[in-house]
Amino acid sequence: MLTLTGVRKTFNKGTVNEKPALLGIDLHLGKGDFVTVIGGNGAGKSTMLNMIAGVYPLDSGKVELDGHDISRLSEHARARYLGRVFQDPMRGTAGDMQIDENLALARRRGQRRGLAWGITREEREEYRESLATLGLGLETRLSDKVGLLSGGQRQALTLLMATLKEPQLLLLDEHTAALDPKTAAKVLELTQSIVTEHGLTTLMVTHNMHDAIRLGNRLIMMNEGRIIYDVRGDEKARLHRADLMAKFEEVSGGELASDRMLLG
Amino acid sequence: MLQAMLGAVSQGILWGIMVLGVFITYKLLDIADLTVDGSFALGGCVCAVLVVNQGVDPWLALLAGTVAGIAAGAVTGLLHTLFDIPAILAGILTQISLWSINLRVMGKSNVPLLKSTTVFSSISDATGISQANVTMIVGAVFAVAVIALLYWFFGTEIGSALRATGNNEHMSRALGIDTRVTKVIALMLSNGLVGLAGALICQSQKYADIGMGTGGIIIGLAAIVIGEVLGRLTPGKLRSFSSRLIAAVVGSIVYFLIRAIVLQLGMDANDMKLLSAIIVAVALAVPVVWERYQLRRSYSKGGEA
Repeated sequence: MLTLTGVRKTFNKGTVNEKPALLGIDLHLGKGDFVTVIGGNGAGKSTMLNMIAGVYPLDSGKVELDGHDISRLSEHARARYLGRVFQDPMRGTAGDMQIDENLALARRRGQRRGLAWGITREEREEYRESLATLGLGLETRLSDKVGLLSGGQRQALTLLMATLKEPQLLLLDEHTAALDPKTAAKVLELTQSIVTEHGLTTLMVTHNMHDAIRLGNRLIMMNEGRIIYDVRGDEKARLHRADLMAKFEEVSGGELASDRMLLG
Repeated sequence: MLQAMLGAVSQGILWGIMVLGVFITYKLLDIADLTVDGSFALGGCVCAVLVVNQGVDPWLALLAGTVAGIAAGAVTGLLHTLFDIPAILAGILTQISLWSINLRVMGKSNVPLLKSTTVFSSISDATGISQANVTMIVGAVFAVAVIALLYWFFGTEIGSALRATGNNEHMSRALGIDTRVTKVIALMLSNGLVGLAGALICQSQKYADIGMGTGGIIIGLAAIVIGEVLGRLTPGKLRSFSSRLIAAVVGSIVYFLIRAIVLQLGMDANDMKLLSAIIVAVALAVPVVWERYQLRRSYSKGGEA
């Protein structure tokens, strides 16, 4: 499905601010894999997702999706394969546009846009039904501006938008980190049900160890631009937070580098 | 006095077409596109030269003015998207080059159309309606047509993508929209309308002048701002897209009415640009100051909500 080979990225190369972010990432995801990604701040988790999405050009290496080499494609060209949800709820939706307009934009992801109507009446009915599955009462607010929604509602909407047209790969970049615990739990629940329902191949970055262990069939841990731990299946199911903590202490030299990692 | 007011209304309607162009870049893309001053004059110059020197049909000359404006918008768009030149600077670069280009087009600093047939004079001759009234009618027909066209366009897939680009570029790219393309399209469409307005104004005032577009962007912004304020004062708030477009044209009419009134009151015409700038500055400053005031007022020392 997704194969990363020797993916490297250094920011601000050749300046005093030079920052190596990814030091050769090799990763293969099978179809339907739901992989959670953990690691301290600056481990390269978000950078890895951004490299897959084409936000920055690769320094070297290869990104393949479903047999296509997408390494040199621009961000908007890769969008046809990818569904993305970001940490900032403002980032995934257009606040000045209506809920149905946002969904209509998302539904046309990766399609050629022409002079046909941007949204049709039949679509609206579909959206009403899809929104109802979120259980947030948004199905009655189709023509409301997205800017009127709360962060959690926006994030749930973004999740729906990312999966409205089934993506080959779903990228979730700490998509619950900016939400309060109760809303975060609700959005995670939605995530799980959407991913399971469509059998989506998913890469989810999280700071929450508990969620990382609980969700998905595989877990990878990153540190300083490398994947340092990769566990799946039964082994993952038996994983405890203490194991992860131990692993993390081991690689970071006995030091608990990130307090945020402890929170989970 | 009444005659002056009627003249101001038709001027406002014709300029309203330019305001609609500015609306696209300023309100939808959030870019103050300074190309406008140049592309407005370009539309006028191209139109005047074609009518006077080449004897081209005045309707065709309107089309040529529009196409010239579209080309100017494309230059700004490409400078901005291909070379990452900030939009405002890209607009200034095009505007400055257009000054020279417009002089080249005309060969001198102004071209009178006194003896030439214009779309207004031909309709006036054919129907017997006075030219002042024809100007108003033709302007209104154009304005309505442009509003309808924009309303349709921004409802299409490309149009929605364009609005999304102005609203959230990051999301747009994640949804597969090439934001460079949408920005260039917006700038072309916008300056095409500006060029059309320049050509119309040139035919209605019967001359093209190198300075006819100077301060155009400020007039556009002032008209949009006036239209928004009027919209907000109306009971229904007028938030729908079509009413925002209509408000822009109404804002333009009101702007030219205000202008006619202050000129009647004896203000120097040269001071009008200062007044326009003040209107825009005040309109931009008031919401910011108001919000700050609200924030300060909502602060309570004791901590009770």
